[in-house]
Amino acid sequence: MAPVLQSSQQWVEKYRPKQVKDVAHQEEVVRVLTNTLETSNCPHMLFYGPPGTGKTTTALAIAHQLFGPELYKSRVLELNASDDRGINVVRTKIKDFAAVAVGSGQRQGGYPCPPFKIIILDEADSMTEDAQNALRRTMETYSKVTRFFFICNYISRIIEPLASRCAKFRFKPLSEEIMSSRILHICKEERLNLDAEALSTLSSISQGDLRRAITYLQSAARLFGSSISSKDLISVSGVIPQEIVKAFLVTCKSGNFDVANKEVNDIIAEGYPVSQMLYQLLELVVEADDVSDEQKARICKKLAEADKCLVDGADEYLQLLDVASNTMRALCNMPQEFSYEC
Amino acid sequence: MLWVDKYRPKTLDQVMVHQVIAQNLKKLVTEQDCPHLLFYGPPGSGKKTLIMALLRQMFGPGAEKVKVENKTWKVDAGSRTLDIELTTLSSTNHVELNPSDAGFQDRYIVQEIIKEIAKNRPIDTKGKKGFKVLVLNEVDKLSREAQHSLRRTMEKYSSYCRLILCCNSSSKVTEAIRSRCLNVQINAPTEEEIAKVLEFIGNKEGLQLPSGFAARIAEKSNRSLRRAILSFETCRVQQYPFTSKQVIPPMDWEEYVAEIASDIMKEQSPKRLFQVRGKLYELLVNCIPPEIILKRLLYELLKKLDVELKHEVCHWAAYYEHRMRLGQKAIFHIEAFVAKFMSIYKSFLVATFG
Repeated sequence: MAPVLQSSQQWVEKYRPKQVKDVAHQEEVVRVLTNTLETSNCPHMLFYGPPGTGKTTTALAIAHQLFGPELYKSRVLELNASDDRGINVVRTKIKDFAAVAVGSGQRQGGYPCPPFKIIILDEADSMTEDAQNALRRTMETYSKVTRFFFICNYISRIIEPLASRCAKFRFKPLSEEIMSSRILHICKEERLNLDAEALSTLSSISQGDLRRAITYLQSAARLFGSSISSKDLISVSGVIPQEIVKAFLVTCKSGNFDVANKEVNDIIAEGYPVSQMLYQLLELVVEADDVSDEQKARICKKLAEADKCLVDGADEYLQLLDVASNTMRALCNMPQEFSYEC
Repeated sequence: MLWVDKYRPKTLDQVMVHQVIAQNLKKLVTEQDCPHLLFYGPPGSGKKTLIMALLRQMFGPGAEKVKVENKTWKVDAGSRTLDIELTTLSSTNHVELNPSDAGFQDRYIVQEIIKEIAKNRPIDTKGKKGFKVLVLNEVDKLSREAQHSLRRTMEKYSSYCRLILCCNSSSKVTEAIRSRCLNVQINAPTEEEIAKVLEFIGNKEGLQLPSGFAARIAEKSNRSLRRAILSFETCRVQQYPFTSKQVIPPMDWEEYVAEIASDIMKEQSPKRLFQVRGKLYELLVNCIPPEIILKRLLYELLKKLDVELKHEVCHWAAYYEHRMRLGQKAIFHIEAFVAKFMSIYKSFLVATFG
């Protein structure tokens, strides 16, 4: 494969921490893993937490630190959701890899090289239940020579027997300060100009997801050059400007259906993603002081239904209009039930 | 040649509506390279035009010499081989296709074609631009699996090909793909912008435009530039010189839907429902997409209804449209909506007038 052009390299990859101790904000995990490096022994592990908090980074870093570049290929198997991962793969590929014996642990070139292999299953929550079940016995049988690292967003999607075989680590969403310091570091390296307002915008739109923050930053840098304002960041992130969402809510409060209909039309014509709109509307409604709890409940219920419909592929305009009409009825205290239905 | 094609901007500098975006895109590709791109926006807003202009900017006029190819792809899907037929548009530097045409087999198509492109990597005489561009239309109609398999493929072959994705609504594209692309939001042109473009075309064609005429077409166009230009041309064919009172002809199917709406309002009975069904079938066999019929029907009905009924009717429209997506035959759901509406309206009439 030809080398990837320098400019096309993703910053997310470029600034991925190479060592476990560089992973930001996850002290407990880092402490356990540093210990692992010293004793060169570790249990099966399960990393879970929201996206962009460093789960994959940590797993890759520990694998690299344990084995070094030379042995890495032969000792580590990395599978993620894009690879085919049905029950067949578990029965053949994973099992074959797990069964291979490895030489006794000698330090090579300054790396601990413990006598086991690592299988990293990224995005394990998208594995089918059957495939997970097929793994149970494999994990135990070959536990002498193989360690499994599971990485997932939702621990509830991992079947209980697998979860109970692993040491679980929860990755916390990154706090704003940690995020800012990483972003500023990248800005310095890439010689970008980011003012304080843009920095806080970036932290708020990425919601603790460092990867997303870096991606936005790179997109903005590519489109708008080296000095980036908070408006540029909003435009690349696809976040809807707060004023529009507020205006939408105000219109709903006014109780005029035709005005709301026009507003919905405009939102669609501007090309704003409706799922994002629903999300921001939810945030606004939940935080609003002048909306009673019952009204909030009614609005939120509809938002959830509309989101499900959108996932099923329903039309954006109709769903948003339905949400608008429902919100209006809730805010103006009109009855929830329709009067002419039979 | 239709005016829509005749006056389609060929380069990024000629673009009239999204000038800021065009200039940004130009900046983006000056460094010989671009990231994966995702264009999203409502129909008729100029996504395709921008993409074509961008390709021209990257590869020069050669990007416009496209040939249509209808090819059968042999895909090895584990235990069996599949034959998938698909039409592609390609030039030396780019390939364009509608992966959703392949139905549920779309995931194979995407991977197979990207691999094929990776194999035949073009080499310039100067040894530069060693990548092709793959333009995928209607990504929002791709199945979940295809989108999932796309994300790894995108990373793996990023040195061979760049993807330009194009879709109407970005909420149907998974987060994973969106985060790998540079998202470009294309909004629908405002009515003033449309009017400006129409005046520009009128000038080029040497036509006399009465004042306010362009604005009236723009108003009727639902902020879709393509539609505005098409109806402008229709007006030109119908009557020239233009008069300021000239009627801008609506689309015939829209008139038909309006007729259905007034039918429903006039009488609510099984007999009328039966007649309406015939008319709906008429629309469907003429290839008007069902969700558009439903939306238009709602639009017509909302114009005539009392406020208290509007909430109810729009709720049911959303409800049946969602059902339509999940179900198989659209006619059931449109008809169910009509029946529902009739029952609501009837009981409203009974309650109001006794």
